[in-house]
Amino acid sequence: MAESTFLYVTFIRATPEALWRALTDTDFIPQWWMGVRAETDWTVGGAWKLVFPDGRVADTGEVLEFEPPKRLAIKWRNEFRPELKEEGWSHCLFELEPQGEAVKLTVTHSAPRAGSKLIEAVSGGWPQILSNLKSLIETGKALVPQRTAKPADA
Amino acid sequence: MDDDAVFAALADPTRRALLDRLRETSGQALSELCDGLQMTRQAVAKHLGVLEAANLVAVRRQGREKLHFLNPVPIQGIAERWIAKFQERQLAALSALKAALETDPPQKRRP
Repeated sequence: MAESTFLYVTFIRATPEALWRALTDTDFIPQWWMGVRAETDWTVGGAWKLVFPDGRVADTGEVLEFEPPKRLAIKWRNEFRPELKEEGWSHCLFELEPQGEAVKLTVTHSAPRAGSKLIEAVSGGWPQILSNLKSLIETGKALVPQRTAKPADA
Repeated sequence: MDDDAVFAALADPTRRALLDRLRETSGQALSELCDGLQMTRQAVAKHLGVLEAANLVAVRRQGREKLHFLNPVPIQGIAERWIAKFQERQLAALSALKAALETDPPQKRRP
């Protein structure tokens, strides 16, 4: 089957648990997701929604997998651009794998069609969002709990 | 992220060409990437290894195939390190100009 898939990988110096909290704490999400709010209670099969700061609904969907601190999958449809909404569902998967002092975070956003406009449209946003998330967590400005073992000061 | 590895990986025209091809069609097997390149399979695999080590290419197994994807996140990091900084100054300059113009607009009479 034809598919459009984009992959984003970043290594973040944190524990999988701290990164998981950053990804799923709905109070914290707007800080790295360009002010966008997520509305969901994270129950599998439950609703998931992204809301712009001005209240418009950006995307809607459903929580497909919720496996702390490893896998989070969301069924995802755009709501604010008619031509993208028309495409229907896409699939967004977050995978966390510990790698030494860091966590490898892989975001895979795919749609079951070739040349998906939605996947193309989000491809500009994800690198920026993940880059925000990384610097927020690593520079310590984040609200996420820091590692208990403090690294030696350089 | 190791910037040295990113710059070293990008310093080669073949590797940039491979990234361009992945940009065009993400998720390609080694054999697809070898098509049309005047290079041995081993040479292409070696270049992909360098790109993968720099995190510019991410791989995912799909059945028996190993698919290669362009990972734009390290390039974003580079852009933020330098370019975003310049944009900040431009924005600051613009907002200073706007503030100056608005506090003393030409149409307003001076006291």
